[in-house]
Amino acid sequence: MPKLTIDGKLIEVEAGLTVLQACERAGVEIPRFCYHERLSIAGNCRMCLVEQERAPKPIASCAMPVMDNMVIKTDTEMVRKARRGVMEFLLINHPLDCPICDQGGECDLQDQAMAYGFGRSRYDENKRAVADKYMGPLIKTIMTRCIHCTRCIRFATEVAGVEEMGALGRGEHMVVTTYLEKALASEMSANVIDLCPVGALTSKPYAFEARPWELRKTESVDVMDAVGSAIRVDTRGREVMRVLPRLNEDVNEEWISDKTRYACDGLTRQRLDVPYLRKDGALRPMSWNDALKAAADRLKAAPGDRIAALAGDLSDAESMFALKELMTALGSPHVECRQDGAFLPADSRAGYLFNTTIVGIERADVCLLVGANPRWEAAIVNTRLRKRHLMGGFTVAAIGPALDLTFPVQMLGDGPKALAQIAAGTHPFSQKLKDAKAPMIVLGQGALARPDGAAVYAAARKLGELCQREGWNGFNVLHTAAARVGGLDLGLVPTGKLKDVNAILDAAASGALDVVYLLGADEIDMDRLGKVFVIYQGHHGDRGAHRADLILPGAAYTEKNGIYVNTEGRAQLAKLASAPPGEAREDWKILRALSEAAGKTLPYDTLADLRGALVKAHPGFARIGDVTPSSLGSYSGPAGSAMDAPFAHPIANFYMTDPISRASLTMSHCTEVFLNARAAKTGTHG
Amino acid sequence: MSTAPEKFELTPENLAAAKKIIAKYPPGRQASAVMPVLMLAQKQHDNWLPQAALEYVAKLLGMAPIRVHEVASFYTMYNLRPAGRVQVQVCTTTPCWLRGSGAVVAACERALGVACGGVTPDGRFGLKEVECLGACVNAPMMQIGDEYYEDLDSASAAKLIETLKSGGKPRPGPQSGRKTSEPLGGPTTLTTLRFGKDA
Amino acid sequence: MALQDKDRIFTNLYGQRDFRLAAAKARGDWDGTKEILARGRDTIVQQMKDSGLRGRGGAGFGAGLKWSFMPKKSDGRPHYLVVNADEGEPGTCKDRDMMRHDPHKLVEGCLIASFAIGANACYIYIRGEFAREAENLQTAIDEAYDAGLIGKNACGSGWDCDLYLHRGSGAYICGEETALLESLEGKKGQPRLKPPFPAGAGLYGCPTTVNNVETIAVAPTILRRGAAWFAAIGRPNNTGTKVFCISGHVNKPCNVEEEMGIPVKELIERHAGGVRGGWDNLLAIIPGGSSVPVVPKSVCDTLLMDFDSCKAVRSGLGTAAVIVMDKSTDIVRAIARLSKFYMHESCGQCTPCREGTGWIWRVMERMVRGEAEPREIDMLLEVANQVDGHTICALGDAAAWPIQGLIRHFRPEMERRIAAYRGQRAAAE
Repeated sequence: MPKLTIDGKLIEVEAGLTVLQACERAGVEIPRFCYHERLSIAGNCRMCLVEQERAPKPIASCAMPVMDNMVIKTDTEMVRKARRGVMEFLLINHPLDCPICDQGGECDLQDQAMAYGFGRSRYDENKRAVADKYMGPLIKTIMTRCIHCTRCIRFATEVAGVEEMGALGRGEHMVVTTYLEKALASEMSANVIDLCPVGALTSKPYAFEARPWELRKTESVDVMDAVGSAIRVDTRGREVMRVLPRLNEDVNEEWISDKTRYACDGLTRQRLDVPYLRKDGALRPMSWNDALKAAADRLKAAPGDRIAALAGDLSDAESMFALKELMTALGSPHVECRQDGAFLPADSRAGYLFNTTIVGIERADVCLLVGANPRWEAAIVNTRLRKRHLMGGFTVAAIGPALDLTFPVQMLGDGPKALAQIAAGTHPFSQKLKDAKAPMIVLGQGALARPDGAAVYAAARKLGELCQREGWNGFNVLHTAAARVGGLDLGLVPTGKLKDVNAILDAAASGALDVVYLLGADEIDMDRLGKVFVIYQGHHGDRGAHRADLILPGAAYTEKNGIYVNTEGRAQLAKLASAPPGEAREDWKILRALSEAAGKTLPYDTLADLRGALVKAHPGFARIGDVTPSSLGSYSGPAGSAMDAPFAHPIANFYMTDPISRASLTMSHCTEVFLNARAAKTGTHG
Repeated sequence: MSTAPEKFELTPENLAAAKKIIAKYPPGRQASAVMPVLMLAQKQHDNWLPQAALEYVAKLLGMAPIRVHEVASFYTMYNLRPAGRVQVQVCTTTPCWLRGSGAVVAACERALGVACGGVTPDGRFGLKEVECLGACVNAPMMQIGDEYYEDLDSASAAKLIETLKSGGKPRPGPQSGRKTSEPLGGPTTLTTLRFGKDA
Repeated sequence: MALQDKDRIFTNLYGQRDFRLAAAKARGDWDGTKEILARGRDTIVQQMKDSGLRGRGGAGFGAGLKWSFMPKKSDGRPHYLVVNADEGEPGTCKDRDMMRHDPHKLVEGCLIASFAIGANACYIYIRGEFAREAENLQTAIDEAYDAGLIGKNACGSGWDCDLYLHRGSGAYICGEETALLESLEGKKGQPRLKPPFPAGAGLYGCPTTVNNVETIAVAPTILRRGAAWFAAIGRPNNTGTKVFCISGHVNKPCNVEEEMGIPVKELIERHAGGVRGGWDNLLAIIPGGSSVPVVPKSVCDTLLMDFDSCKAVRSGLGTAAVIVMDKSTDIVRAIARLSKFYMHESCGQCTPCREGTGWIWRVMERMVRGEAEPREIDMLLEVANQVDGHTICALGDAAAWPIQGLIRHFRPEMERRIAAYRGQRAAAE
């Protein structure tokens, strides 16, 4: 390990570190614009120049590897002059429009100009003006502010894997742009806004909405998919103004998908803010007391086995737990969280988790995707797969429809047949899995939510057994619903004669059920509910609410404290950032009130009580933030016979997958730009 | 070909030439061929590169179009819009300026009837001021097409342009009568050498 | 004593004779190449070191030393020789003559140098505008292939050496070796961060040596005639012959091969017909291409043309391109035009150069007219100093040095203009 001296302090660091990183270890802050630890090193801004003893010129610390006996000085006249000089050069052509710039208050250029710059300008010539570029519905550009650090270009090329950004021209005429000013076609595109150290790339939907110091910041987790990205929810008053990523090395590093970031404008639209009861075909507002009484009357009147409950994809664990307890109290065995009908046995935890973990992907050497499109089902997982791809020595293969994951994928077949061959060892790829040091299989919901799900699952489990190594579990289920793993952990699977969601819907259609309780369940085919009385508890006037006979207005994920368990089995806390609108209430409270109205009072008056009961029944929920490894074991569940039909990916539109994103104007713009416009183009050109 | 075409393809001869160029580089390094292949495309397309040509080259070489666009916009020899089928490029960097490139520029502007940066209305000639072309001891000079014309003055420059306009082919090299880069009036060195077979 | 023809390496510098193989052989090229290679890598590198040859591209780094940086054994990656024929430094036009009139010297040099660094492939990166030069060079390469001089078992040496010509497309910055490598890989010519240096990771990430045309082209003659012969010409640490380009205000501008260390006055008077209007009409010269600081006549009176002598007067030998300016010269404009050049040629990658070159040029344009405050001379110098040494590559330094030279030697002229402009303004009001 090289030893070097930084500002007189001797420090020993790992070989391969840069001088800048070594300085950070030594507690010495080095200003920078272009350097970003998750991107390749560009060394172009020159802000990080430091003095190296015996070197004639200052060196770029971001790019210089540490060497033994180096003597680095960061607080000398040479360094101060270099920083002042670079600051001055960056500012001469930078507009003085901070008062109208959305980056104001959280701008690296502003901060560093204060810390390292001159107090005045010596530049008397005309400033450069650069035409703004269109980069899509999310990224607003004011390119005159660009300091050419190329972070956005490197992010697009390296992390997002869409080689569509570049810098045209040269010298002072160099301009950063997307190819032909097209929208940046990535589900991760808006991360360039966070990366931009100045106000050149800012958030289009958030433009001129708020100043950072007006916002209340709440640390939470995302529910737009089953990844559980760490987010910060910024609110002003009751309104969620924006969602930003938080650092979580194990999950999302510091990225979030565009849906995670921008679906939040859907939180203000089509909200259910008072209870409704359907009368003469129309929904009419009513008081909570009347609504709860109406619901309780229906539930009390129905025999337990003529009641069913479906938990939706955005449900927090606490409300699912309360739902299950209420249903049990009412005598209903029909509580289901798998509203897409995916075959997912709840008995063995490793059988439905992404056991490799997201960070574990970096240790894999072979990956087989089965009916999964991680780019749309879990953009963060896809980003990690791409990161692993860039590290080299990684084979990705897939069974299912054609994929564009931003990295090469070997297609092995389109359906269960190929899977069966590999599981049986008759396919060349079986050997590849056997020979691999750390193989992983990723089973998507597209392979499970089909009539032969059991057969597919059984074959995949067999393959999963091939992917076990010492300290390595390569069997992975990639969930798309934030609530799903929590629901399975809590046992929200039917125990009566109705085995799954399809059985429940068929029973509803045939008149075998009296009441169906939808806890934010919007992804089922509402037409299959027949004439059953539907109670919808949720936050958006989406599919479920349209079908409902009774609506109990609940809280969205930013409006309640709740536990979500991600696809890895990691329990995380979503936090209340603002109150639910109107008379809407936190969901566990609604269920608690309903239980009382139905005469089956649930034994908790506070969220803390509820969590106590939940953790007592399911101790895993106490380990917030962690993943507990579990072993796969053998599988003896039902198999049945597989069909010939190819797998289909469950998500047809990345931007609209749930009631919130379907209500979002921004997501609807994205749909227009990235899906509809492209489809139209292909239509006319093809 | 002054408007951007929808489609572009290299001619079979040029495609064969492009494949020869690509073969100069190791397998997988075909992006190395982007500059010469772009130049082939430009020569085929009246001395400029429409978007369709950039995309054709990108596809041929397995590159992202933005990377090809970057290259085409970085190097001065590519024209991303019509620049005249015959490009007259006058060097005006200091060594040429010291010896009167200003007069050469003026003569060319007069003879062509366009200012520097312009293209004659018939699209035939483009006039451009350029940076050092590396013939400084034969200053001032200009490049027309592939040829260098050196030791110019206002009169010889005008004459060159007139010859070109009337379809003639002026003799490249120094217009002053001297040979290549030797001193005017004959070399001061290399006068005493005799080589056996070299008559 | 001036260099004699018998000690000149470029015996067809002016194209008085044919450039092709037969004529080149008659002039001594390709004579005993196999035997030279038979001396082995280490001997060749040592002899190059002994000759004292310093790189002819401008920086003057020891050629033999540079070759010795290449790994002795390949770790599996191929080695490459890349020849920098992207001649574009204003004032410089020597490589052009070597390539169009004496290309076999370069081709033979490529083989020897490739062998000496363990490379089986060599790329010559020639600037795109040199169309005819590329044609002649390609002809020479084809001839050498046909004659078995390069390619498989080159010259019967047992060494395989492929030689490829790559044409640039117009970017001065590609004369910077790492920008050249980027360009050769099919990218924008933006210099790379160093380390890693090309000898560790160059073309395609493989060990690479980049040398100027002249450096490579003189190697065969040095190895044929012996390191001692070359080392005996010139002065210690500044050995050998050098092709000088004499441009600007001389009576007979020309290229000429002379001894290193020749007094600049002698160089100009002997070969270039003297300064226009006589030596006393000299204002200043730029001794080594546009990048090095200008020096006034008083310095030129005694200046010797070699690396150390030029450095001693705070300028540089650079490419040995002598730009002569007589007393009629508007020296501020002459330097301002160079500032425009550097602004135009800045790749735009790093901040000080991208922003600084434009700033410098804009201030210089005002300085030409005198439309400035006297204190802005110091500001201009500070801006130039803020660029110098703070950039990824040496283009930033090259943009700053002419300004530093101008202010060092011609500040009174700049002040005079400012005063005159103010006088005019005052008179007008």
